[in-house]
Amino acid sequence: MNAHEREMARQVVLDPLVDNNPITLQILGICSALAVTTTLAASLLMCLALTTVVAFSNASISMIRNHVPSSIRIIVQMTIIASLVIVVDQLLKAFAYDVAKTLSVFVGLIITNCIVLGRAEAFAMKNPPLISMLDGLGNGLGYSLVLIIVGATRELFGSGTLLGYSVLSTTNDGGWYYTNGLMLLPPSAFFIIGMMIWGIRSWKTAQVEKADYEISNAHHSEVV
Amino acid sequence: MSDATKKTTDTEPDDHTGSGNAPLPTPEAQPAVIHVSQPGVASSNQATNESGLTGRFKSVLNQPNDSTQKTLLVTVIMCLLCSVIVSAAAVLLRPTQTANAALDRKRNIVQVAGLLKDEGSVEVAFKDVESRIVNLDTGEYTDQFNGVEYDQYAAASDPNLSIALDKKDDIAGIGRRAQFAEVYLIGGSENFKQIVLPVHGLGLWSTLYGFVSLDQDLTTITGLKFYNHAETPGLGGEVDNPIWQDKWKGKLAFDDTGNVKIEVVKGTVVPGNQNAAWQVDGLAGATLTSRGVSQLLRFWLDEQGFGSFLKNLKQREAS
Repeated sequence: MNAHEREMARQVVLDPLVDNNPITLQILGICSALAVTTTLAASLLMCLALTTVVAFSNASISMIRNHVPSSIRIIVQMTIIASLVIVVDQLLKAFAYDVAKTLSVFVGLIITNCIVLGRAEAFAMKNPPLISMLDGLGNGLGYSLVLIIVGATRELFGSGTLLGYSVLSTTNDGGWYYTNGLMLLPPSAFFIIGMMIWGIRSWKTAQVEKADYEISNAHHSEVV
Repeated sequence: MSDATKKTTDTEPDDHTGSGNAPLPTPEAQPAVIHVSQPGVASSNQATNESGLTGRFKSVLNQPNDSTQKTLLVTVIMCLLCSVIVSAAAVLLRPTQTANAALDRKRNIVQVAGLLKDEGSVEVAFKDVESRIVNLDTGEYTDQFNGVEYDQYAAASDPNLSIALDKKDDIAGIGRRAQFAEVYLIGGSENFKQIVLPVHGLGLWSTLYGFVSLDQDLTTITGLKFYNHAETPGLGGEVDNPIWQDKWKGKLAFDDTGNVKIEVVKGTVVPGNQNAAWQVDGLAGATLTSRGVSQLLRFWLDEQGFGSFLKNLKQREAS
């Protein structure tokens, strides 16, 4: 692996973490980010599932990219992604039955997650397998980073626990912390993700989208 | 004897005409088939049959990606590969999944009876539970089956072990009902403190499978829980909500004359209303799931379900 390739590998893994994050910049995969982040454990498992699927789907689609007829390429990609998702779902049901039950349909819905199909179409169809796999890994990690932050915040303030261990002692257990019920509902994830996007865009102003319309600043004398 | 020889001589010419005009004798039917399917492609390397096949493979793969043949080939290969992977995963992992499901069943039984204090002690809590098979028609216990090998839901599709239900009787929408069911007696069959009955019935999208637990008096509900369903998460899926499940505790299943009276009402139960003891709040936005839960309980607690069994138990207690 020469210096150029190493630089590219570093870039495809690290870029999606903050600079090109699939959730906060591209606003993809929001649905699952709202649905599974009530607890940190469920978020972690979902991250693991999605990262595995997107890395392996990118690798396998990239391997056959030169032989995929363009007329059926989306179907080919979907078939591969769907097979991987079923395998992951079966694995979860076998080895993490309880959490798999709380994730319910959302593991199956990885099939329709825009991040997976987006990376397959935009990256894996044009690049060799190894770098595609790294790209999948990077995007999976970018998704995971957001999910873990959201999941940890929601579990901490919603139930006073992290990974099931009590951190803030809640009033139900005779402590001082009143649990925030909103944190357990999906809208709270919207607020948290919204604030993250605000924070990131204040820090990295290059991510700020150009306004569709400018509000013209008329001097008061012109108005009168 | 002569009939048999006649048949073979009859069918063989048919085979030849069927596979095109292959001039080869039957023992070499395999190459003949390959030959027949070839005319569409002009391929050059057909030294032997084996390399002919791989050669054809390669020549199709070398075609432009969008040619019909290559599209078909890619589709077939990919579907085969994917189906092998998916079915291998399903078959290899099934034993672990079945074990998980069995443990989950036990957990649900002890949970619905309120015995599970902390996670991980499912097997310990289950020690207190005696399971018996009941003949639903007579309402008596039977030793005909072993609880481990009897599966009520598999039996429901076996014509020897189940009955088809009339449309008017089948308020739970289950079609067929097994003749036997496994019940769980908390604290032993002689002197039980609670009894857990398996129930199932149609909700909106799916069949809900669950357990209802009755107190010693066989009238007061001590818990209701569904362990398998595919209702809409957030709407009908709220049958899993612990707050809603708690509302069932202490409700009465039967009225004074012994008729099933429990129901899920639309909206919330008016407090102080004379029927409030037999009513449970409906789930918001899930009228059909709520009605399904109502109907399946009425079915299973009544004559067609555990009705005669519960009557027998009550008589035994009274005497």
